[in-house]
This record gives sequence, structure tokens and C-alpha cells, in this order.
Amino acid sequence: MIGVVQTALSLDVRGVRYAYPDGHVALHGVDLTVPRGDRVALLGPNGAGKTTLVLHLNGILTPTEGSVRVGGLAVTPDRATLAEVRRRVGIVFQDPDDQLFLPTVAEDVAFGPANLGLRGAELAVRVDEALAAVGMSEHRARAPQHLSFGQRRRVAVATVLAMHPEILVLDEPSSNLDPAARRELAEILRGLPVTLLMVTHDLPYAAELCDRSVILDGGRIVADAPTLDLLGNETLLARHRLELPYGFTPQP
Amino acid sequence: MGAGHGHVLYRESTSPVHRLPPEVKIVAMVVFTIAVVATPRAAFWAFGAYALLVAAVAALARVGPRWLLSRALIELPFVLFAVALPFLGTGERVEVLGLRLSEDGLHGAWNILAKGTLGVLASLLLAATTTTRDLIVGLDRLHCPQVLTQIATFMLRYLDVLVGEARRMRVARISRGDDPRFLWQLRGFAAGIGALFLRAFERGERVYLAMLSRGYTGRMPAVWQGDGAATAGQWLVAATVPVVAAAIAATAVVLT
Repeated sequence: MIGVVQTALSLDVRGVRYAYPDGHVALHGVDLTVPRGDRVALLGPNGAGKTTLVLHLNGILTPTEGSVRVGGLAVTPDRATLAEVRRRVGIVFQDPDDQLFLPTVAEDVAFGPANLGLRGAELAVRVDEALAAVGMSEHRARAPQHLSFGQRRRVAVATVLAMHPEILVLDEPSSNLDPAARRELAEILRGLPVTLLMVTHDLPYAAELCDRSVILDGGRIVADAPTLDLLGNETLLARHRLELPYGFTPQP
Repeated sequence: MGAGHGHVLYRESTSPVHRLPPEVKIVAMVVFTIAVVATPRAAFWAFGAYALLVAAVAALARVGPRWLLSRALIELPFVLFAVALPFLGTGERVEVLGLRLSEDGLHGAWNILAKGTLGVLASLLLAATTTTRDLIVGLDRLHCPQVLTQIATFMLRYLDVLVGEARRMRVARISRGDDPRFLWQLRGFAAGIGALFLRAFERGERVYLAMLSRGYTGRMPAVWQGDGAATAGQWLVAATVPVVAAAIAATAVVLT
């Protein structure tokens, strides 16, 4: 039974503490679990440690104390483990221009799976299915700088989907998107059969996509509850510099 | 790639020259240029033959003379000093249009002008028939060091991003009343260059992080390298130009 419970967790972060080399402590013991198939929002003001936490999930940063497990695999700094962890954790960074660095869309989507050692037909299948999943198949031969911002963000999602991740981590997925692009992305994300961790301070977007939310502030998880409960608690939100947009009332 | 977007040098077409794989065109261009440079300057007929060769390839590639010659003007600043050579040169003097010019200088000027122009025309033909992306793929297939092709790839991808950033910063500066009309008012512009450099540097760091997150280990996976590499037949077809050029150069060397 215990074994089953363990592998049913996509993400298991326990007591993660992290201090930057200059001594500044960014994370003071973070605990966070995400069961497989769930969609969870990680909320918090700027400077709360959200990005620092995200960089722990795929081993770019190593915790000073504590542990991170992805689909049951402990993140350790040896090469083989890191390669597998980076396959399992697909991070979509905030600025798609940081993520898409190759001259064409298809090449960029192929970059991740090619790093996993895939070649030829197998690689082509991965690229095709990932681009189809975000509705960008017809733009495969185009240059990223010639796409709209919303299209670039969708391609950025495809670049990690092509690696068949255990969990998709999105950093501010709704930033800089116009309302239609925002809705399109939400529809795509809702249809993906993967675990999702969404880092954001866009509370309506969290409510739209995630049943559960956690609030990270000052390097600690300060709340972990159904999103609508959190969004209904104005005092809690205000204490952590989170605010609902004017005129917005969360509804189930 | 990027169909419908303006290219400065590339000319969209499906001519036989366009369809050749990039690596054979690069090699042909380089060998042709070497042959031109190796030709003795006094073998005037040889340069005429090279020009015919360039014209033939241009016709085959459906690149018009107007297009070629207008873009060849880029060499002007580089060959300008060739004009001075006949006046400054030493040695025997000859009478041309009432001017007493140095014969050696005239030869020198002709040498720079003819070889420079032919080299520029050959490069323009390569650029007109090959996209920048294909050029990089070609260099990669020719086993050009990966560091160089990677830098070129990044440049191709991020040039637009940087230019866009620079433009936005300029608009923001001008919107706040900056109007540098004199050299000593360039402070804002200079600081902008510095800020742009820092932004590029920080972006580099973020791009690298994103690459690491997708399993980058320091070597680019050679994904499409195998696709559509040149066949022996294509090498042979493209070899005609450099072979003819080399023959002309060899004859010229023997005759003079």
C-alpha cells in the first residue's frame, strides 16, 4: 500500500531549505506534495521564493537541507539521475524567448527529446504529437520570432511536452497574454493528461485551472487549501500581498 | 523558413542553384574565390572568363544583374583606396587621358578591384540562393567547429530580439525628451548600449538555464544533420564551377 501511495505522487518536496551563496536564505523548509494528475497553483508575491523552488524541482539548484522526489525518484546531483529528473519535470519558463533558442519551431521542440537520445522517426513522432497537443502543427517550420507571443508560449509548452514529462511546471503562464490567448492556453492546459504545477500571482487563472492552491511567502508554505477557499479569504490574501482583480468574485 | 518575411539578401526561388544542398554551394564559392585570388593580375582574359562564369550561375539562379550589382556596391568603401594607387604608385609612368599614372599602381588597382568584385559577386550569389539557416546547416555538415555554428545559430535567433529591445529602449528614451543631436549629448545612447549588453548577458543566463532544464549537457544533439545531406551527384554538379575556375587559374599561371 505504502509503495502505491509513494509512486502516486508526482512531486514530493520535504523540508527543503535553501541559502544562496551570499547567505540569504530563500527557502525555510518547504513541504509540498502533488498527486499524479492533479493541477496545483503555487501562489505568492514577487520575491517569495517561487522561482527558487521551481529550480529545485529539476536539480538546477540543490537544497541545503531536505529532499525532492519526482515520481518517486530522489533528485540527486549525479548525471544519470539529473538527466531522468529533467525528463520528468518539464519547466516552461516565463519568457518564451528564453526557452525557444533555435531558428525553427520544430528544431526547438526536438531539442529536449534529442537530448534524451531519440533520433529519426521516433523523434519526429514526438515533435508532431507535442505540436499537435498545443495546436501549433502548421507553424512547425516557422521562426519563433515570427510568431505571436501567445503562439510562442504554446510552443514553449510543446518543447517540454515532447519529453513526456511526469509533471509540467509553468512559471507565470498567463503573463503578457491577451485575453483570447489566455483562454486558448487555459483550454490547452486543461486538456493535457499531465500533472501540473502552475506558479502565478494571477489568482483568477489559478481558480480557472487548479482545484488546489498553495501560498508560498517568505520561503515558507503558509497555506494549502482548495483554490476557492483561499481566494475567498481576503485577510489571508492581503497578508501575503495577493489581491483579486477589481470586481472579481471567485465562484465555483 | 519564415516565409513572407523580408530577407535582405536571400531571394525566394526554386531554381536549380537554390535546390543544391548548402554545403556544396559553400565549398564551390570558397574554391572559386581561391582560384580568382590565385590568378596573376596581368591575365586579363582570365578575369573575363570568371565574370562569364558568375553571369552563367546568376542566370541559372534567376538572380538579375540589377539586384547583384546594386548589392555589390557594399565593396565600395573597401576598394576606394585602390583608386589612389595609380597616383601614389612608383615605377614607370604611362599617359592616360592626359594624366601621368604609375603603371604598377594601375595594375595594383585593377588587381584589387577585379578580385574583390568577383569575390563579392560569388558571395552574393551564395547568399541569394541559400537562407541563413541553411548556411549554418551547411557549415555544420562541413564539420565546422560546433562552437562557431552554435554562435551563428544563436545570433540568427536573437538578433531580432535584441534589435527589438534596442528599438523599444530608444523609443522610451526619446519619449522622455532625449534628442541627441551633438556628440556630447550621446550619454543616454551610450548608457543604453550598456543596458542592452547587460540585458543580453542576463538573457544568455536564462536561455542556458532553460536549455539545462531540457537535458542539455554541453553538446547540441545533431538532429537534422543527416537530413538531405548532399549526394555524390549534387557534389559533381556543383563542382563544375570551381573546376572551371581552377582550370582558368592554372592556365593563367602557366601562360604568364
